[in-house]
Amino acid sequence: MAYSNKVLDHYNNPRNVGSFAKDDPRVGTGVVGAPECGDVMKLQLRISDNGMIEDARFKTFGCGSAIASSSYVTELVKGKHIDEAMALKNTVIVKELNLPPVKIHCSVLAEDAIKAAIIDWRTRKGAAAAGAAKGSGAEQRNSDKSAQR
Amino acid sequence: MVKLPIYMDNHATTAVDPRVLDAMLPYFTQKFGNAASRNHSFGWEAEEGVDKARNQIAGLINAKSKEIIFTSGATESDNEAIKGVVEFYKDKGNHIITCVTEHKAVLDSCRALERAGKASVTYLAVDKYGMVDPGQVRKAITDKTVLISIMYANNEVGTIHPIAEIGRIAKERGVIFHCDAVQAVGKIPVDVERDGIDLLAMSGHKIYGPKGVGALYVRAKGPRVRLTPMIDGGGHERGMRSGTLNVPGIVGFGAACEIAGQEMHSEAVRMRSLRDKLQAGLFERLDEVYLNGHPTERLPGNLNVSFAYVEGESLLMGVNDVAVSSGSACTSATLEPSYVIRALGTNEELAHSSIRFGVGRFNTDEEVDFVTERVSREVKRLREMSPLYEMAREGIDLKAVNWRA
Repeated sequence: MAYSNKVLDHYNNPRNVGSFAKDDPRVGTGVVGAPECGDVMKLQLRISDNGMIEDARFKTFGCGSAIASSSYVTELVKGKHIDEAMALKNTVIVKELNLPPVKIHCSVLAEDAIKAAIIDWRTRKGAAAAGAAKGSGAEQRNSDKSAQR
Repeated sequence: MVKLPIYMDNHATTAVDPRVLDAMLPYFTQKFGNAASRNHSFGWEAEEGVDKARNQIAGLINAKSKEIIFTSGATESDNEAIKGVVEFYKDKGNHIITCVTEHKAVLDSCRALERAGKASVTYLAVDKYGMVDPGQVRKAITDKTVLISIMYANNEVGTIHPIAEIGRIAKERGVIFHCDAVQAVGKIPVDVERDGIDLLAMSGHKIYGPKGVGALYVRAKGPRVRLTPMIDGGGHERGMRSGTLNVPGIVGFGAACEIAGQEMHSEAVRMRSLRDKLQAGLFERLDEVYLNGHPTERLPGNLNVSFAYVEGESLLMGVNDVAVSSGSACTSATLEPSYVIRALGTNEELAHSSIRFGVGRFNTDEEVDFVTERVSREVKRLREMSPLYEMAREGIDLKAVNWRA
């Protein structure tokens, strides 16, 4: 199979590879896919209090197109408001990376990862607020773990 | 400095040996006759070339030349053997015994017969090394069994089955034994008498011969095996396979067999030492590398390993100047990871992470060094990018995670 130049570029020079500290309250983590399916994406977004995505990191187990899709979305969502990021469709990724039909699931996974990360951030923010009200951080640490899962 | 790209996928196909090409060339422009033309010298010349090749091929597997039927390749040979036997012996029975790691040419021929209601098929499981248990073959035989079809050596993991033992069981029970020996012929000694094989499929392009030519060995005596032909026509190949013979291809196939017969032993030693060096080099440089297949009963040039936490296709993409193959779903048309690796009981993630190296006649020591370095470097890079590697290092049990697929 021939890869598009953009896929090759993201694969060879992936943007924003890495991880944020998971206990950072500003960070939302989305892990989607499954090892037995051959694709696992971990996308982390650092989000300001007013919902702006300040920074993004990813790690991906998967084919070249999966790596390229996740690398591309880290660039795509940076500087966007979470409402805007939530509305992103996988077709944007397909178009940008020129993905063939058999690789469309990679773009779907990347879209899911954005949503999962934002939902995680919201959940944890809610939990932190509730926790702060109760004067305890325990629930926050628990939700950290479930986000990882 | 090695010349790039490096070809190390010799289970898929091999380069034509220049000596084979030399033998073929006259048969395109000078000795171009139809081997079935009985009344002029062009036909006689072509027939001579075919006869010589038949002898060369028979010699490599200890058969008689008249027992060799030329085909378009091993897929056709497997189809003819399986469908031809089931059709011919339909009054005797309709049961086939094969195993789950066979080549698709065998499995899909069996499935087609099942779908058509012409056969019932037992697909034997293999052990964790990919080996079939002869005891299971014996147990599976019924009074309706007309055919046992077990490959000599597996094309993905290289595991060599206990063929002589299966051959003995087939003889004892009077069942015809077909063996897809595509990967074994020319690489390890194959002997249809010693091994008790009645039908054997082989291919030209896996042994440094041309593509588009193969053969089916059909035992003539003890027992005489009969087949219903699938291709009807001019009655070529003793009526078992009609069609004008691919003379240049056949001549090349013959030459390839002769070379293999002469050089097999020394070549196997060299292949094994290159393969062992590659294996040792990868295991030395990387942790969590798993061997797929049998540690010793394995083809000399075969190395199939899983690099945990790295998906196979992405690794192939990273080592694009090295031609190897992967059991990853993303490299297959079906989007399923290798059925062979999964049949060994390997977990699905490791099946996605499997890479097959096929060391061949034209690979060098320097190439092995280059591939070892190149692959190790890329595995390390991809692991740094892998969430699974990160999680494993944090002590998270990946099997206990509830994945959101």
